[in-house]
Amino acid sequence: MIRAFFMVMRRELTVAVRRWSDLVMPLVFFIIVCTLFPLAVGQDIEILNDIGPGAIWVAALLATLLSLNTLFRDDFEDGSLEQLVLDKEPLTFLLLAKTVAHWLVTGLPLVVLSPVLVLAFGMPVTAIPGVVLTLLAGTPALSLLGSVGAALTAGLRQASGLLALLLLPLTIPVLIFGARAADMAASGESIVGPLYMLGGISMLALTLTPFATAAAVRVSLD
Amino acid sequence: MDTASYRLEWRELALWRGDRCLQSGLNGQLEAGQALTVRGPNGCGKTTLIRTLCGLSQPETGEILWQGIAIHRNRPDLHANLAYAGHSNGLKGDLSTRENLRFAAVLRGRHTNQNELLHGLRLTDCADLPTRNLSAGQRRRAALARVLGSGAQLWILDEPFTNLDAAGIEWLGIRFNHHLSLGGLLLMAAHQASQVDPDRETVLDLPGINA
Amino acid sequence: MWNWFYKLASPPHFYRTATVLEPWLFWPALVLLAIGLYGGLVMAPADYVQGDGYRIIYVHVPSSYLSMFTYVTMAVTSAIGLIWRMKLAFCVAAACAPIGAAFTFMSLTTGAIWGQPMWGTWWVWDPRLTSQLILFFLYLGYMFLRQALAETRQADRASGVLAVVGVVNIPIIHFSVEWWNSLHQPASLSKLETPAIAGDMLWPLLVMILAYQLLMLALLMTGIRAQVLEREKNARWVGELLDTTGHEA
Repeated sequence: MIRAFFMVMRRELTVAVRRWSDLVMPLVFFIIVCTLFPLAVGQDIEILNDIGPGAIWVAALLATLLSLNTLFRDDFEDGSLEQLVLDKEPLTFLLLAKTVAHWLVTGLPLVVLSPVLVLAFGMPVTAIPGVVLTLLAGTPALSLLGSVGAALTAGLRQASGLLALLLLPLTIPVLIFGARAADMAASGESIVGPLYMLGGISMLALTLTPFATAAAVRVSLD
Repeated sequence: MDTASYRLEWRELALWRGDRCLQSGLNGQLEAGQALTVRGPNGCGKTTLIRTLCGLSQPETGEILWQGIAIHRNRPDLHANLAYAGHSNGLKGDLSTRENLRFAAVLRGRHTNQNELLHGLRLTDCADLPTRNLSAGQRRRAALARVLGSGAQLWILDEPFTNLDAAGIEWLGIRFNHHLSLGGLLLMAAHQASQVDPDRETVLDLPGINA
Repeated sequence: MWNWFYKLASPPHFYRTATVLEPWLFWPALVLLAIGLYGGLVMAPADYVQGDGYRIIYVHVPSSYLSMFTYVTMAVTSAIGLIWRMKLAFCVAAACAPIGAAFTFMSLTTGAIWGQPMWGTWWVWDPRLTSQLILFFLYLGYMFLRQALAETRQADRASGVLAVVGVVNIPIIHFSVEWWNSLHQPASLSKLETPAIAGDMLWPLLVMILAYQLLMLALLMTGIRAQVLEREKNARWVGELLDTTGHEA
């Protein structure tokens, strides 16, 4: 079972590396969305400082959403998803492997990129660890919740709008805690409380969403 | 290996698409060493039947038994013995044939001699190309290679001969008969002659739908 | 008990039960609605802080409560449908969505109208209103997903998964929004708070809640009937039903 888990992950990562443009696109999107804020709000460093953490989180959420479109759709279309469903290993587990791989190729790069954006919004260097930590604790929940939505819409062609509508309300708690904690980090407060909440949400998502994803995949294939 | 007991059975199946009844009252069974070929006009529910029998779709009514146990309660055992190739080939276009086959083999926990299979299916020359660059027939062969190398007892194939050339069809027929002679089970939907030894084959002709 | 259960699980019987129940829920709801409105708008005294403005709670509080109640009903029936593969449970869930969305919308609108005299602005990011707004989005997502999936069976199960995921999420959303609010405006009086309310103000509210509850059930029966007919439109009993009732009318 463990072997199958890593095999699925390895295949996902190999495919992701070979389709590197799909991999890079959400990251570029992340940066572009962050660029929009100073252009729209003006270059007043105080305002940018204030909105920075929230803007980074909103951009991370949207970038994750963008990347989720293809999470199951390619597999649905080329028949790989059927093969996973018919595999002797539990589907819940195999799909979790896919989701983990998804986080590794989108969530983790967002975390890695975030320090640059912290500086771009004129926040102090001391804010970097806080922002990085909140993204690290929160983005797994985004990938996990996202996998449910992606599985529900896998068989639909023009589903990106629907996917956003399904997912954004569900991800609001992650956004609230993440953005707020990043904000507190920027102003030098302790972020232990919201960080625990984020971690808790991610853990809860880790235990519950794989079952929902598996159920949703079965429904999509029916 | 005791294969004599393998048995897939279905009772009173009714298949629906939307609010149209495709087929109803289907009964049948498949035992070791037997092949069942499903025929019928387009849209009569061949694919739906195939997908229902391997558990991908749910029947509207009726039940499907594997080894005498309803399949939704016997999933691990059914899946451990099942190799399925549907309309879509189940290959990742960015991976080569070899990589795709290795992935399938590791998931099954099984190591087969890929080269022999690839040679038989005349895929050796293109085994390291991404499958998206292969022709439709070559991709079909690669999908069949996954089934043939799976070591599974029950093969469920949807239109296996699509896109294959005459030599490929003949070769596949030989493999089918070999599989059956070892006590395997074969279920397929096909328009063409199935190439299977008539003694072992049952044909299920699904009627067209009267609108 | 099981016999009754199986009987209920047959669509014609389910349809008939809903048809019988509908007027028994609808008319009492109307009567209670009239009593509650009279009690709330005429008999109850004006509040000494909020004047007559507070009277909107007689609509706002029941619709807020029912927006939640309907979502939970939708999720529970979806779960029943998913676990025991009961098609009729999905009928109930599908019928819940538009009703719940309507109650949520009403709760949002009345909340905004209340906000105008109280706060001088139509929208305040009050935690309860914000939660209601998110709930409204959840309802919309559910309905859009059903709409997008053409196959009823698929729509039932997919939207069922979504409803169950949503209901697990609602307490988390609620908590996070409360927390978010407490940070941004500490110790502010939540404007939709109903603090220790006097008895002659309270009883009309309770009557209104009961009236809304009955109204929701009556609407649900109508919705269920529509769902059953839609799904069974090719069945013989629907044809017979149309022959007897349709031609009379």
